[in-house]
Amino acid sequence: MIGEFWSINAPALLIAIPMLGAFATPLLGKMGKTPRNLWILLITALTFATSALLAAEVYTTGPVIYTFGAVDPAVALVSDSGGIPVRIIFNVDAMSAFMALMASVVGLVAGIYSLPSGKMKSGRDGYFSLLLLLLVGILGMVCTGDLFNFFVFLEISSLAGAALVAYRIDKGVAVEAGLKYAFLSSLAGLIFLYAVALLYGQYDSLNIAVIAERMQFGFLDKVALALFLTGLAMKAGAVPMHFWMPDTYSMAPSAITAFLVVSSQASLYGVFRIAFTLYGLRLNYVTVGWFIIILGVLSMLVGVSMAILQENVKRLMAYHSISQTGYMLLGVGVGLAVLGDPAMMESFGLTAMEGGLFHLVNNAMYKGLLFLTAGAIFFRAGTHNLNKLGGLGHSMKLTMLFFIIGALAIAGIPPFNGFSSKLMIYESVFAFNPLLAIIAMVVSILTLASFVKVFHAIFMGPKRGEYAGVNEVPVPMLAAMGILALLTVLMGIFPQQFVDLMIRPAAGALVNQGSYIASVMGGL
Amino acid sequence: MFANLPFITAGILIIIGIVTIVTQHNLIKMVMGLAVVEAGVNLMLVATGYREGGAAPIFTNAPSTEMVMPTAQAMALTNIVIGIATTALLLSFILIIFRKYGSADVRDMRRLKG
Repeated sequence: MIGEFWSINAPALLIAIPMLGAFATPLLGKMGKTPRNLWILLITALTFATSALLAAEVYTTGPVIYTFGAVDPAVALVSDSGGIPVRIIFNVDAMSAFMALMASVVGLVAGIYSLPSGKMKSGRDGYFSLLLLLLVGILGMVCTGDLFNFFVFLEISSLAGAALVAYRIDKGVAVEAGLKYAFLSSLAGLIFLYAVALLYGQYDSLNIAVIAERMQFGFLDKVALALFLTGLAMKAGAVPMHFWMPDTYSMAPSAITAFLVVSSQASLYGVFRIAFTLYGLRLNYVTVGWFIIILGVLSMLVGVSMAILQENVKRLMAYHSISQTGYMLLGVGVGLAVLGDPAMMESFGLTAMEGGLFHLVNNAMYKGLLFLTAGAIFFRAGTHNLNKLGGLGHSMKLTMLFFIIGALAIAGIPPFNGFSSKLMIYESVFAFNPLLAIIAMVVSILTLASFVKVFHAIFMGPKRGEYAGVNEVPVPMLAAMGILALLTVLMGIFPQQFVDLMIRPAAGALVNQGSYIASVMGGL
Repeated sequence: MFANLPFITAGILIIIGIVTIVTQHNLIKMVMGLAVVEAGVNLMLVATGYREGGAAPIFTNAPSTEMVMPTAQAMALTNIVIGIATTALLLSFILIIFRKYGSADVRDMRRLKG
């Protein structure tokens, strides 16, 4: 009975559970620390279970439609609506399910990692409420099939994210970072909304499937496309709109930074959804594909070259985030550039897209892991400055191990997951344009060089007097890092199985615009 | 031309807002610029929903004329609510920054660099 209800309403519960959890957290916080921590664990675990259930359903039986407020949620069109879906619809296909699963894993990890409070004793209830709201925003963005609904969830994730970045006021510096993030996100959101208004004025609908079916690709549609891409690329942190990212990522608490990576990737999901599903083949796909490729190459180069100069470990990792975002844009951009050519699509386009999407999930895992290790170092040593740190390998052996796993994965060393996705990108991009593949490899080598330096500065060397009392971080933090490290290693050892199971259906769902439209409009 | 006036006004408002954000140095004025952009987007939304001679979409005792689709108004309302939350958050950030830095000038926000 409960099982059936749960499985029918899984897309709605995916939003409802963390939202209920967020608003009930302050109440449970009144009862004390232990009930609240258990509540956070319960909610994040339930969200993870729901998204796993949903993903299992999507991967076995195809896209799941959930129509809010309808008698039968699985039916998008009511008989008297004249063939137009009038309600808000969640359209969960393989791509959405994959993103939702990834977001809920990182949400669970961020929840566990945040349990030991450290020096911050006050305001913890608000912190957890916002953490769950951020999860709501991300899950909503990746599941919704309605453009305005996407905007609302984008704003939820932006506001919750900005408040969390500023959570440690830190003499005002963290608030400065939060202000930048909030300002930029609101502007990006408004640009997005303006584009939605342009499309609504022409096609009288907000549903992605309906607009995709009616798409003419006239002048206003081109303007709307440019606005969509600008707004979402700003939120995803692609060069040249990346300037907020180092500030925000370095000042946020580490669990939040790991989560903000996923939040940026949800915006990246928006870019892909708009380009492939909303516009699809009517798009001038070669031009837009090359535009995305150039954004990607610029992000890779600028990110990694700025990263080498940094002295603050989290700032350094934030610049590497920009550079890793470039790989995803490169892979998926190549897929978009050859979208209309079945032979090229078959020979390397799909592999490039799979590589880009695989890199997206891999990046969420190892980048999250790296940010969590940086947080663990700050938790004990109290600084992020590479020149002041040193010799921590003697006392924080497990954290060091997790850092090595994350660093080797980001540099693309086998057998970790970064290697498998980068290899897919190199091979397929080489077939498209050898120069791009060479740039990608050079960036990878520079990444390795940068992380060798960080590793040496933090963990190597003799024991230092000022860190004599430093010991390993509390168990929940180790457990959170352990989950991500385990996933990083597992996905690196069994990449083929993972790609076959999750990535290939997701890439297929993006390419196949017709099936997305048919899942709402019928007529499959 | 006359029918397009609301859209043109919306565009002008958005441009004024963005110019304000780019040229002003006071954080509060920048937030005001953001609010003007938001007003422009709201006007755009409401203008797309306008139908000449359309009645309010209340079905009870309605005259059998054209009705206005309320989606655009609903979107504008939602955006107004979101805008209030955003503005409140931004202003409270500026309040804290002013307390800690003693300034609300964007040229003094130089502690995060590199």
